[in-house]
Amino acid sequence: MVPLSWYLIVSAALFSIGVFGVLSRRNGVAVLMGIELMLNAVNINLVAFWRYNTTIASVTEPVPSELSGMVFAAFMFVVAAAEVAVGLAIIITVYRNWRSVIPEETDTLRG
Amino acid sequence: MIQFDFSTIAFFVFAVLTLGGALGVVTNRNLFRGTIWLMVSLFGVAGLYVLLSAPFLAAVQVLVYIGAIAILFTFAVMLTRSLTRLNVRYTRLWPSALGAVLLFAMLVIGVIWPVFGGNELYNQPISDVVRTTTDLGVALVSGEGYVLPFEVASILLTGAMIGAIVIARDADEEEMEQ
Amino acid sequence: MDCTGLCEVLTQGGTDPGLAQFLSILLGVLLVVTVPLITVIFLIWIERKIAARIQDRLGPNRVGPFGLLQTFADLIKLLAKEDITPASADRLLYNAAPLLSLAAVALIWAVVPYTPYHVGADLDIGALYFVAVASLGTLAIMIAGWASNNKYALLGAFRVVALLVSYEIPLVFALLVPVMLAGSMSMVDIIHAQSGMWFIFMAPLAGVLFFISSQAETGRAPFDLIEAESELVAGFNIEYSGMKFGMFFAAEFLHVFTNGVLITILFLGGWYFPGWQMPLIAFMWLGLKAFIPYFISLWIRNTVPRLRIDQVMKFNWFFLVPLSIVNVLILAFLVMVLKEIGWVPVDETGAMALAQAGFIELLPMTIVLFISNVLICVPIVNRLRRMGVEQRAAREQLRTQRAMAAGD
Repeated sequence: MVPLSWYLIVSAALFSIGVFGVLSRRNGVAVLMGIELMLNAVNINLVAFWRYNTTIASVTEPVPSELSGMVFAAFMFVVAAAEVAVGLAIIITVYRNWRSVIPEETDTLRG
Repeated sequence: MIQFDFSTIAFFVFAVLTLGGALGVVTNRNLFRGTIWLMVSLFGVAGLYVLLSAPFLAAVQVLVYIGAIAILFTFAVMLTRSLTRLNVRYTRLWPSALGAVLLFAMLVIGVIWPVFGGNELYNQPISDVVRTTTDLGVALVSGEGYVLPFEVASILLTGAMIGAIVIARDADEEEMEQ
Repeated sequence: MDCTGLCEVLTQGGTDPGLAQFLSILLGVLLVVTVPLITVIFLIWIERKIAARIQDRLGPNRVGPFGLLQTFADLIKLLAKEDITPASADRLLYNAAPLLSLAAVALIWAVVPYTPYHVGADLDIGALYFVAVASLGTLAIMIAGWASNNKYALLGAFRVVALLVSYEIPLVFALLVPVMLAGSMSMVDIIHAQSGMWFIFMAPLAGVLFFISSQAETGRAPFDLIEAESELVAGFNIEYSGMKFGMFFAAEFLHVFTNGVLITILFLGGWYFPGWQMPLIAFMWLGLKAFIPYFISLWIRNTVPRLRIDQVMKFNWFFLVPLSIVNVLILAFLVMVLKEIGWVPVDETGAMALAQAGFIELLPMTIVLFISNVLICVPIVNRLRRMGVEQRAAREQLRTQRAMAAGD
């Protein structure tokens, strides 16, 4: 088996790449993609910690807390799906109004 | 010492897919290709889930990301097409690259290596048994389990759906009035 | 992982255990992939023959006996054709799309139980795996449409994606019904749960819904507006030529038969039929049963005219989706009620266990569920008929008005 730290390193690298994408890209859609990468990095961590840290008391009777990692990851999917749906709707609306998908240029509300 | 068996090789394959795809996402000039790279990366993550004995999550990952989110992204890329072919890809390229590298170094040197690296405890999962998908289903709807978060999640999804429709629709009608 | 069969033989022969395991898995994968890919060669012949009969033609009859070798001749022709990549296409993605398209269908076969003893991978998330893998096909078409850099291809791809994403909803809801009845997402368990009674008798409506939405997923008539020759030239694959076109083509043909096999597994009891204990006979039953939905699909394809995109979308969102949701809810409720009455066979933990029950034990439950399905259908069919009559009357009126106007 691969030790836990390897999964954590992959996840840390994925998160850093996501951070780089969010900070550096000009295009709003690309920024959202960076956020997706970061969410997935968190998800790898959740599942990896769950797999390596859970002690199973009895094989036949599961306790809900023995499934916490999977459950959390499942909720992350929900959040990610909601985020993408709303985020892309906002980007398309912004594009219609400003003819731009660059977050810095949509600054009408700035005084 | 680490044994180079099936799962180790598979881990490396999926790790390379994940990170390579992610690099493709943030460096690609063409956003449509960026979306495809995102899918490669998330497919790698699904592979990691399989290795972590969570096949249900892997299937949901493929279904949600490749079946739904990828399609959404491709549509968004095409609907905002005329301005996606920008000559300038990045703003603040070097500061953010430096920040990302520093973050990674900090995470690895500061947290992962000292806490989990040399620790024998984390070389193997504690138990060989893994909970099945049936158990996950029961935990999600049982009273002492996660039924409340489950319901909240469904409300969030409904809210997001309505929100997305309202946001995308309003502009439509305004344009028609103009 | 355990090491049996071929793996065991290889290990005893002195091969490294890891390598032996790898080789046996590789061989299994090759076998599972080869079966559908060989099947598709003959499917193309069968489909052309059936289409020809429906259209009062003879169909391929020159190459080999009954034209059986026609597909091989076509294959050679496709391979010999010039392989064109448009100059402005995205080379990598353009070449990847046909592969992905065929892979999406071939991957489904990994969870198909060929016989009681032979299954590629008995995943306990089999049904979910099928949905997940099938969604790869949507992405393949999107990539093909975009990478060709052709407006017809892009328009075709948009249509396909809108169609496929919409029809996935009733498909999944219909899929939930056998999963719910069997209490498992594993394809093997779903087949075993039908040892006494096929699910098509318990949930005929779900079977029909699954059939309709899977017909749409394959993009066959009446849902073939994705390649509507008269409007889009050929749809998303317009720029493809040679074997790359052939792969899209093969993927479509294979998808139709794969859907037949899936309907057989989910609703027609898989390989259950007298003599299923013998692998070869079980495999034959699975194949023969799969030809029932397959033939109906071809029949519809060759007799029903194409729908417009708005009609297709309306049909899905205002008819299939609500109906499939109502169907699942009513079925779940009825099963709970029947369980309280004690008409549903249960195991010692109180969970539903259809696999252990015989035909007679399942009969009362089946009758109740069947009647409920009929009761759901009656008002819907009535309403549809009334709508049809009204629309026809409106059109008739319009025509007479026009005729009168022209007469003046």
